[in-house]
Order: sequence, then C-alpha cells, then structure tokens
Amino acid sequence: MAIVNFSPRAASLAKVEKIGQLSGENVQLCMQCGTCSAVCPMAEAMGASTRQVMHWLQLGLTDEVLEARVGEFCAACHTCTVRCPRGIDVARVLEAVRLLPLRQNRDLVRPGELDPEVRKRAPQIALVSAFRKLTA
Amino acid sequence: MTTPSKVSYYPGCTLKTKARNLEESALGALAALGIEVEELPRWNCCGAVFSLADDDLIRHVAPVRDLIRVTQQGATQVVTICSQCYNTLARANLLMREDEEKRKTLNLFMEEEPDYAGEVEVLHYLTLLRERVGWDALREKVKVPLDGLKVATFYGCTLLRPQVVAIDGPNPQVFEDFLRALGATPVPFSAAQECCGAYQGLVHPVEGGRRAATVLESAQRAGAEALVLSCPLCDYNLGARQPEVRAAHSGIEPVPTFYFTQLLAVALGLEPAVCHFELNGEGALKLLEDKEYVAAATA
Repeated sequence: MAIVNFSPRAASLAKVEKIGQLSGENVQLCMQCGTCSAVCPMAEAMGASTRQVMHWLQLGLTDEVLEARVGEFCAACHTCTVRCPRGIDVARVLEAVRLLPLRQNRDLVRPGELDPEVRKRAPQIALVSAFRKLTA
Repeated sequence: MTTPSKVSYYPGCTLKTKARNLEESALGALAALGIEVEELPRWNCCGAVFSLADDDLIRHVAPVRDLIRVTQQGATQVVTICSQCYNTLARANLLMREDEEKRKTLNLFMEEEPDYAGEVEVLHYLTLLRERVGWDALREKVKVPLDGLKVATFYGCTLLRPQVVAIDGPNPQVFEDFLRALGATPVPFSAAQECCGAYQGLVHPVEGGRRAATVLESAQRAGAEALVLSCPLCDYNLGARQPEVRAAHSGIEPVPTFYFTQLLAVALGLEPAVCHFELNGEGALKLLEDKEYVAAATA
C-alpha cells in the first residue's frame, strides 16, 4: 500500500475542481467503503484502486491519480456507478480523470501504433469506442 | 386490434461488415416472426460509447441525429441489436428528454434539424421480442427446439448499466427467458454481468484478455457448451480473440460463441446461410451440427 506524504501546497485543488465540473459529481461524498474497488474488473491493471483514487481526489492529489493510469485502464463498465452506496457516479469521475490529459491534447493511445494486423481484424466498434475514450 | 406503429431499425457501424452474422440472422428472424422494421435512411455511427463528461455535448450530436431520423421516418420506436448502440442511443434519448438546458443547446447547435425532445422510444431487440411476440408465442413458432443445449447467457455491461436504461430488472431474466423459449437450457454463471474487457481488449490486449479469461472460465465452470452474446465488442473479446486468450491462460477449453439472434434463426428453422457462421469463432457451426439442429454440410 502506498503511503502518500500529504502537503496542502502540493494539492492541485484547481484540477479537482475541474474534475467536479467535468463529472458533475462530488468526490467528497465518498466514505471510502471500497465497494468500487471490489467490483472493478480492471483493478488488477490499474496502479491504484478506485477507492484510493477517490481519496486522492478528496485531498487534491491529482498527480498521483494520473500516475496510476486509472483512467486509461477503466473500461467504462459502470459497475462502480451502480454499486456505490453514496450514489456517486464513479464512472463519470473516472471519465473526468481520463479527460485531464486528453484536454491538453495528450492522447492515451496512438492509433498509428496499434499492430496493423490487430487494426485490420478489430471490429469498427472496438476502434470507435477505444479512440473515443482514449484520444483527444 | 390497433395496428402496431412503425419500428425503425438502427444497424450501427459493425453490423454491415464484421458482424453480418448478427444483422442478417436478426433481420431474418424478424421477417419469419412477421415483425416489420424499416432501416433508418442516412443513419450515422452513434459513437459506440456514451460520453460521460458534463461539457462534452458535441459527442451527443451523433446519436441525437439518429433519433431525429427516426421521427422523420414517421416511427415512434427504434430497435437496435448491438448492446453498445442500444446504450448510447437510449442514454442520449434520456438526456434530450430530461435535461432542458442541454436539450436547448443541442437543438440550437443542430439548427438544420427539427427540434428533438426525446419523443422516440429506444428498444433493444430482446425487448422488442418480449413486447411484440412474447416468450410463449415465440416458443410456439420454434421449429427446431434447441433441446439439450446448455448456454451461458452473457449480458455484459451495456444492456444493464446504468439502471435507467437497463432492459431488465436487477436480477435480469430476459436473456434466460428468451433461450428457454428456444428450448435451450440457460446455465447461470457468475460472470454473466461482468465486463468482457470492452475496448481494452484492443488497446491493452493483455489486461483486457484477463477479463475475457475470467468470463470464459466462469462459463466453463458452469458447464456451458456455448456462450451467447448480443454485442460485437463482446464477440471480439470472447470470440475472435479467444484463441489468444486461451493461449495466455491455461485450463480454458474452447467455448463456441454465438450471437443470440443466430440461435433464434436456427430455432426458427431458417437457412443456416443467414447466420454466417463463418464469421463466428471456432467450433460454432460444428456444435450445432453435432447437436443436429442444423444439417451437417455434405462434402
């Protein structure tokens, strides 16, 4: 488990506010029960659990969230949203996390770098959904 | 008896090419059941995923345009077969119905189009079957009962989440009821409502593949002979990529995958050609031939 040295000066409250605006959700409502982490199908791939992400966001630690590449690995399955006992639409929060780099024109996947064989074989729906979620 | 209103049909990006086995079996079955649908003229891609950001209205333009085409066609309902299309269209429709401010902005942006306020009803194919035919009536129309076929019904994510667009309640039975009507035996399995890996199967094949492995293992443990799907993205992860997933995860036996509409077409006695089994993953047609639901091709 990662221990985070918390300094209010390091906190990027502006970015947290941006996440609030993009998602329309209030991360302060989270009570850290961890249900979202327990049900997350991509938890193993992420550098932090969804619960941890919510906590970091409550503290304004967006750099940690971005380093954990949580937005990149989220598959938008909405299980966390459906299960959250506090009624937070967690999928929306993760979409906002994903959008922070995308809005600065930093793509999370480069279509040109996909294996040409895979690109040929993949159905349109896979290409459209991936590029919609992970490119600016 | 009143004449049922016209139903538009929205195919979506994959059904005309890589998922012809989904479209042609679905439309063939509807014709056999006497349900008329009319493909939307000038439809465009719905975007495949519903945009969740509050300020990202431009991404709702595509699905909303499709819904406007439905009204222009003189229909009140639109049916779609792909789970992702269903989710995206249904959520965009709700947004236009319920969010006055965003509705206003989107209508102003699309000033060349008539104003839209969510008047259309978006249906998934299973819902259309349940409402227009009903499971008892469907059972009577079955010519080739799929007796003895143990099927794992994979709902995945977008038919059920979020709840506002779910095609069934919290303990969904619609897929199971459908398969029972065809004579098949649905086997409950723990991963039925889990994620197949979605677009992660494309961009992060290893991590996405773990999802597919979990689903395949779960279906295998439940004793399923086949996995039934309603989404071309699920089929990519669980069908097309199955050999890779099996190679990376030991102990998973091959599980043929079918679109639910293929099993419907077979049960209704349609020509197997309409099902395009050549587009399915390994072992699909062979399973149906072994079970003698379709005649084995003579060499």
